[in-house]
This record gives sequence, C-alpha cells and structure tokens, in this order.
Amino acid sequence: MDEMRYEAPETLDAAVALLAGADGDARILAGGTDVLVLLHSDMIEPGLLVDIKKIPELTSIAVEAGGFRVGAAVSAMELVEHDAFSKAWPGVIEGVKLIGSIQIMGRATMGGNLCNASPAADSVPALIAAGAIGTIVGPEGRRDVPVEDIATAPGETSLGKGEILVSFLFPPRPPHSGDAYRRFTPRTEMDIAVVGVGISLSLDDGGTCQAARVVLGAVAERALLVEAAAAALIGTPLDEAALERLAAAASAACRPIDDKRGTKEFRIKVAGVLARRAAQDALERARGN
Amino acid sequence: MTITQDDLRFDPDRKLKVVGTTPIKPDGVDKVTGRAKFGADTHLPGMLVGKVLRSPHAHAIIKSIDTSSAAALAGVKAVVTRDDFPELPPGEFRDISSNCMAREKAFYDGHAVAAVAATSERIAKKALKLIEVDYQVLPHVIDVMDAIKPDAPILFEDMVTKGMDPAPDGPTNILQRKEFTMGDVDAGFAEADIIVEREFDTKPMHQGYIEPQACVANFTEDGQTELWCCTQGHFVFRTRLAAVLKMDISRIRVTQSELGGGFGGKTMFYAEPVAILLSRKANRPVKITLTRNEVLRATGPVAGTHSRIKMGMTKDGRFTAAEAELYFQTGPFTGSAFANAPQAMFTRYDLQNIRAVGYEVVSNRPKVNAFRAPCVPQVVFGVEGVIHELARKIGMDPIDLRLKNAATEGYKTIYGATFGPIGYVETLEAAKAHPHYTAPLGPDQGRGIATGFWFNRGGETTASLNITPDGTVTLLLGNPDVAGSRVSICMMAAEELGIPVDKVRPIIGDTSTLGFNRVTAGSRVTFSAGMAIVLSARKAIETLCQRAAMMWDVPEDGVVFEDGHVRPASSNVGDFEPLSIADIAKKATETGGPIAGHAEIVAEGAGPGFGCHIVDVEVDKETGAVKILRYTVVEDAGKAIHPHQVEGQYQGGAVQGIGWALNEEYIYDKDGRMENAGFLDYRIPVASDVPMIDTVIVEVPNPLHPYGLRGVGEVPLVPTMAAIANAIDDAIGIRPRSLPMSPPKVLKLIEEAEMSRDQA
Repeated sequence: MDEMRYEAPETLDAAVALLAGADGDARILAGGTDVLVLLHSDMIEPGLLVDIKKIPELTSIAVEAGGFRVGAAVSAMELVEHDAFSKAWPGVIEGVKLIGSIQIMGRATMGGNLCNASPAADSVPALIAAGAIGTIVGPEGRRDVPVEDIATAPGETSLGKGEILVSFLFPPRPPHSGDAYRRFTPRTEMDIAVVGVGISLSLDDGGTCQAARVVLGAVAERALLVEAAAAALIGTPLDEAALERLAAAASAACRPIDDKRGTKEFRIKVAGVLARRAAQDALERARGN
Repeated sequence: MTITQDDLRFDPDRKLKVVGTTPIKPDGVDKVTGRAKFGADTHLPGMLVGKVLRSPHAHAIIKSIDTSSAAALAGVKAVVTRDDFPELPPGEFRDISSNCMAREKAFYDGHAVAAVAATSERIAKKALKLIEVDYQVLPHVIDVMDAIKPDAPILFEDMVTKGMDPAPDGPTNILQRKEFTMGDVDAGFAEADIIVEREFDTKPMHQGYIEPQACVANFTEDGQTELWCCTQGHFVFRTRLAAVLKMDISRIRVTQSELGGGFGGKTMFYAEPVAILLSRKANRPVKITLTRNEVLRATGPVAGTHSRIKMGMTKDGRFTAAEAELYFQTGPFTGSAFANAPQAMFTRYDLQNIRAVGYEVVSNRPKVNAFRAPCVPQVVFGVEGVIHELARKIGMDPIDLRLKNAATEGYKTIYGATFGPIGYVETLEAAKAHPHYTAPLGPDQGRGIATGFWFNRGGETTASLNITPDGTVTLLLGNPDVAGSRVSICMMAAEELGIPVDKVRPIIGDTSTLGFNRVTAGSRVTFSAGMAIVLSARKAIETLCQRAAMMWDVPEDGVVFEDGHVRPASSNVGDFEPLSIADIAKKATETGGPIAGHAEIVAEGAGPGFGCHIVDVEVDKETGAVKILRYTVVEDAGKAIHPHQVEGQYQGGAVQGIGWALNEEYIYDKDGRMENAGFLDYRIPVASDVPMIDTVIVEVPNPLHPYGLRGVGEVPLVPTMAAIANAIDDAIGIRPRSLPMSPPKVLKLIEEAEMSRDQA
C-alpha cells in the first residue's frame, strides 16, 4: 500500500518547495481539524502532508501598520486569548469561537477555516467584513489578496500549486467602529452554520454610518460580500428603515441550496433576520468606542 | 422451609438503612479514571482487524461477489461473505443472519455484504476496495407511507401480510397487522359530545449511544467460541448466535464489557457473527469496531411512524372512546416491537372503549431495534396532542382533565392485566403542585404537559451471593449494567445482610457462570435482579442462622438474624454474644463449608410506571428556533433504591426526547443513501441545548417487590415530544403534528398561525 509522507519544515521556502514538488495529492496540515477528519473517514488519501505549524511566520500575531498581522496557523484559542485583538475585532472573535469546542479551537486555525473553503465556515464572514488582506507565498513569490478572493467554491481556493496562505493583515480601526457575527444553527453549539452574517461598520461622530461591509455565509458556494446590503446602512443612523432595507438586501443576495442543513426558503428568510441582528450588535459596539 | 419469590412482598413497616441513600457506585471510580473496559478495550495476542464492506445501494440484487483479489492481498487472513453463513429456514434467525450479512439482496445503504480480517486496519481497508460486488440496483422506498402505496417498490415479492384474514392478494410491504380492542368503540363515540381526530408523523430515532459497537471473537480449534462485546444481553446474544451459526449454546461464551450507552440499541448484534466466522477462517482472534458512520447507517434506530388518532369526550370532560391506526417502519426485517404501541398508548386513562390497529411495514432503511419503551413515545406524541386539544376545547386545565380520566387500581387494561396499586393520580397531583406548573411565563414562551406509561418487565434472572471468609460479600450478576443497576442491587444485598454497602462487591459474570438471564431492557433489571439478590441473601441468611445454631449448639429456631448479626431468639435459648456474618464465615469450614445463596427465577409482578412532564419553551418567532427553558419530570418509581440513579434515568430520558422532538432525523438523498451519518449532522442535543432537568420522584410502592420498586428506564422518554409540542402550541398558537419540530418546520407553522389569525 502507498505510504503517506509527513513533513514538518521549519521555513516557508522549504514548505513551498515540498508542496510545489509533490506529485499527486499534497495537503497542508495546520490544526488538522478538517484534514485529519477527512483522512480518518477515508475521504482523502494524500501522498504528502506538510505540517506548517513549525514555521514562525505562520504562528505569530504582531502589530503592523496600526493593525494586526495574524499568522494563518495561529490557533483559534490563541487568537481568542489575545486581548488587544479581541478588543479590536469582537465580531471576528465571535466567528472564531464558533469553529468548534474549546478542545477543537486549541488546534483549529483561521487560515485552515478559510482554506478548507466551506461556504459555512464560521470565522470567514467576519474576516471578510473586517476587510482583512491575505498574504500568500508560493513558487512565484509573495502576493496580497483580499480574503474574499481566496475561497471560491466548496473545497476550492484560488491558491495555486505550491502556494501557502501565510497570514492575515487586519487594517487599523477608525473610532466608532464595531463588528459582529451572528449565525443560525439548530443546536446551540457543535454545529455547522445554516446561515451566518458578519458585519463591520464605522460611524461618524454624529452616529451616521460611514462605512460598512456585510458578508453572508452558508447561502452560496462561498461567503458573499454583499454591497447592496452595506449600501442600505451607509449614510444612515441604522434606523428601522435602514435595517429593513438591510434585511431585504441580505435575503435578496442569497443563492442557497436545499441540503441536509437547511432549506433554501429558510436560509433566505433567516439571512435577513440575522443581518438585522448582527447590524444591531455591531452598532452597539461602534457606539461604545 | 425454602424461601421463594412469593415470599418477597413489600413490607411498609421495614426500617431502611441503605435503600434510599446515595452511595458511590461500585463501577464509578473505574469509569472516571478511565480504567473501565468498554467494548473496544479487549486485546488478544495475534488479534486481527476485521472490516465490513457495506452496500452503497438502498436496494439491490447481489448478483455476485468476487473476493479473490482481496484474499490474495498480503496481510489478509480471511474473507467472509453470505456463502460462509449457514443456510436457515425462513424466520427470526434467518432475518437476523441476513441483517448481519446480506444474502440475495442488499436492503439498505450500509447493509453488510462482505468482511475481511487482516493484520492491520490499513490492509483491511485496502482489501475491502478489492472486493468486487456486482449489484443490480432496484428502485427503493424509504418512507413508511410511501412503502404502502400501490406502486411502491417491493422488498420481498413473496411477503404475505400476517395477522390479516384473509391476507390481501398481491405484493405488499406490510409485514404484519395487529389489532387490540376493548369495549364498544362505536357506542363510545356515539356518547361523545366532542371528537378530535388528527394525524401525526414521527421520524426514526437512533439510540445515540456514544460507544460504537465493538467485539473480539476467538474461535478455537476445539470448536469453542469466545466473544467479548458491548451488549445489553450477553445471554441473549449467545442464544441467537448459536442459532444463526448453528452451534451448541454451551460452546459459545460471551463476556460483556462495560456499556457506553445502549438504550435498547445493544439488544441485537451486528458484526459479532461476522467476527466469529472471520476468526474461524483465520484461526486467530478478530476484532471489529464499528465507526460512527457504520453505527448510523447500519444499526437500528427505533421505528418512524404515521398515526391517525381519534378520541371522544363528553362536554364535562369524560373520555368515551379512543381509536388509532398506526404504521411503523421497521427496515427490511421485523423488529419494531410495534405491538407495544396499541397496548400502551391509551393505558393510564380509564377508557372502556378502545380500538387500536398497528401495521409493521418494511422499507429500505436499517432494521430497527428497541429504544426506551419501543414504539410508545411515537404514538403518545399523538395521543397527548389530541388530549391537549380536547382540554382546550372545554377550557379545562390539562392536568385536571387527565386526573378526571386517570386509571386507578382495579382498571382492566387492553392487554388483559388488571392494575394493582399504581401511581398515576399521585404523579399528576405532584406535577400540579410543583412550583414549575404555576410559574409565570414571558413573551414568546409556552408551557406544555404530557403523560406516559410503560408496562415494566420482569423475566428470567439469576444471581449468586457469596459470603467470603472475612464476612464481606461478592455478587455474581447476569445482566449488563446499563444505568446504575449494580449499585442498587448491592444496596439491596447490604440492606438484607445488615452490612455497609461497600462490603458488597459485584461482578457481572459471563454466560458460562450463571443460568440464563433475559436481556437488560424493558426496565426490568433493578426490579428482577433485585428480587434475585434478595432471595439469594435470604437463603444465605438461613444458612448463617443454621451455622450459628450449630456453633452454639442450640436448635435452629432458637436464633434470629437482625442488623447483620445472628442472636439468640430469646434469653431462654441461652446467653450468647451475637455473631456477626464475619464471625460465622470464619468458622464456615468447621460448620459445613462456604456460605452462599443463589436464585434462578422468572421475576413476576413488575409494577407499571407512570410519568408526567412539564416543559417551558421559548420560540424565536423570526427563525423558528425552540429553546427549552425549563423541564420537570415527575414519575412514580415505586421506591427509589438509589435516588441519584433514578434521577439520572428521568433526566436522560427527557434529554433524548428533546433531541427527538427538535432536531434528530435521518436524511436520505434521492438514491436512498444516508446523508447525515455522523453526530455533526445527526443532531443529538449538546449540553448547552438542555436546561438542568428537574425531577420529582413519586413513590407508590409496588406490593410485589420486597422494596416496592418499579422500573424507571422507559417512562422518562415516553411523554417528552408530546409535552414539548404542547408547549410550542402554547407559545405560537399551533400544535406541531410532525417530528422533528425543527426550525424550518416551526417557522412555517408560525407563518400558518399568523395567516389564520389574520383571516379570523
């Protein structure tokens, strides 16, 4: 029987070289909370597993350009316990906290959650709403892309052969900014989002929304950045009429499927409900800082 | 004088020292330290790994199976298929055998079609891929009501419905029909002022035990089989394995492990005969451990149902008649125990006119198995919904309506028995008096109640009690402990012998150590094994008295046993210091040998159990999500031997019912493949989904048990889904009639309720 090779390089160059040079299926192992499950259930049979947790750039959190640079293989719990980051991006943290149980979060990573490319990934809507930039390194060098351009469809990303998502750059926060993530699951925990909504917004001193990003999860082949939903908020004090328009725009943007986790009809309706609730959460946070 | 079961009557005046307290379980420390051995924890030298190839088709003729490449793979030591199973005449054992390994047809996604034993799991998995099965895929049917449509795919061309005279012509998926009637139903309905008739649907529910089935089989050159497995009934496994494999019962020895949950689901085996046949071929021990995927695709859930239920009532709230037509989906083979439903569904009400008809229907899903009060919660979901509606129609409090119609001692049931002292009224009164019942509710919140009944069982039970040379005691028991039976049985032994409970240590013996024991099911074990151990203890006490009399050289009737000591019956007998059990045990060699008591009985006199659940829910009207806010289980235990174990049963039943009520269901794709064969998408509740379940133990003693106990394992599940549905009605104004009451379905009901309000 063909053996699977496991490598744990300590530099990015070595990791890229291993992945670029692999024949057949090669997988990146970060926390392993998706890859190991797929392996154990015989869904994948990679010839090569490249563990990236020994590469310092992938596992550190640093302040950069007034914002944060977060390694793609930083564990969810480490991020949750990072006080300054958690204070700046409570909505991102809300999503990260839903990746799994505390034990799972001790292993799982935000980079893995994004690159696993599930449309229902919990950390992704708030990550996109935050306007984070992903830094990717590959055989051709280094490139920066908006995070919404990384996952493209279930299980598919825009990463080329040999490319590794290295880190996320979160921009600095203007005053009166807030973000939030809300999801719907039939159970309270240990479940996959049927609908998820991440919203980040900034207010001016008078309380009018200056900027907003609204992202829907689990209602399309990938997380959707919905400009019409953001437009419903920008220039308003997030009054009842604006929230009504937001809910309608969110529902209108959904293009879900019926599956074991929820019906089309239910997802469309609940996307609007959650968008309104997430906007209210984000508004409250924005007013508080 | 020989003591018998008939001497074990409840004594209300007996002072209790141990029974009713809450000592630590004898198996508790090993469980929390991880030392306890579960199904997968047996390891033997030279052991092979067994893996099962399963049908990817819901319904297919198996034209041929080519195992030659798999058998030729290095490291593969045995391959088995249907050809290795003995041929059997049609009937129970052929069905069991055909479920463990498909014969002519694969009847569901996940049905076993071949198996291998290899030196590693990797090799075994690779070997499975080398087995070539030629399937002829057939149309399939999943849902119970689809399966009885005239054009439904037929599973067995030669099936003739049992219990219908004359049996209907032509192909059918209806396996059997059973009818139960009492009184004059038509006259009963004619007397009614109000009649409510509704239809209900429930989904198959997996027992959801956390421990997947695992077994190790060792077939020896001498033709002996040793089997280690997790089971609710190793004696029953042995009997059935002997029949399926055509072996002598005495040549099979089954040792049960600790059980990581069963709930009825481990009353039947799956991979065990496969492991035995692999071991026989490989000449080495073979272990098979099922994956969660296999557990969900191939082991029994309990039946899904469709039911039509009709009840009549006078305008002052007296029930006059009840009627039910019930359909149970059983998978490809019988096993639903559906006859429980018509017999139990209305039993707790003083109804004189009942007609209940059940049909067992085959379809392309895994063969069903028992689950707490098999087939009763599904239909009580409907019965208690109809009663909920009847109470609303006359504006009567739902507990008062049930009290008005409650069965009491002397009521003759539809299954023929006449109730002795029962605790239904006491249970309802305790529920009504509970602060939960009158606590205020907030917006979007609702409260529901529902009640349930279970027969409770007895049956064949054996036990031995040995007094060791230092006077401490060991017990040999024959039933796997699924939920605290061991500690309760030790407590009864300690109470009898007047010694502390930690001086009594139990083991559960393998099938060669004791006489036959019926399976641990039906809420029978603490009741039955309790009787067996009390009988054993009293026999040992007889011997202790004889030995003490011998030691003192006094007549046997000159001594009495009290508080763990033999004493002179009166001062006339002589002035002797009381002898402890240890004092007598120390001299046992001189007085006639080791001292023991044992019992082989068919336990009779199980007292019926009744429960009433109160639940508060909050419904998110924008998403349909139902949150369980507060839950109280009130149930008659007869006597709680160990109250914590009883409470655990009450709470566990309610939690499983919450899962069944809100989220659990099998999801199949268009080809009949299960899409959610894992706990991520087969949604049993997690801890944060349920509140702390409050419990009230009502105690109306069962006069036919020495400590008055009634079984408590089944009733706690019976009313749960009905109570939650009634609470949802209270919150949203419409009573769900289909399970699960999942958010999309509840949201639709909310929209319907709003529409009908707008129209009104």
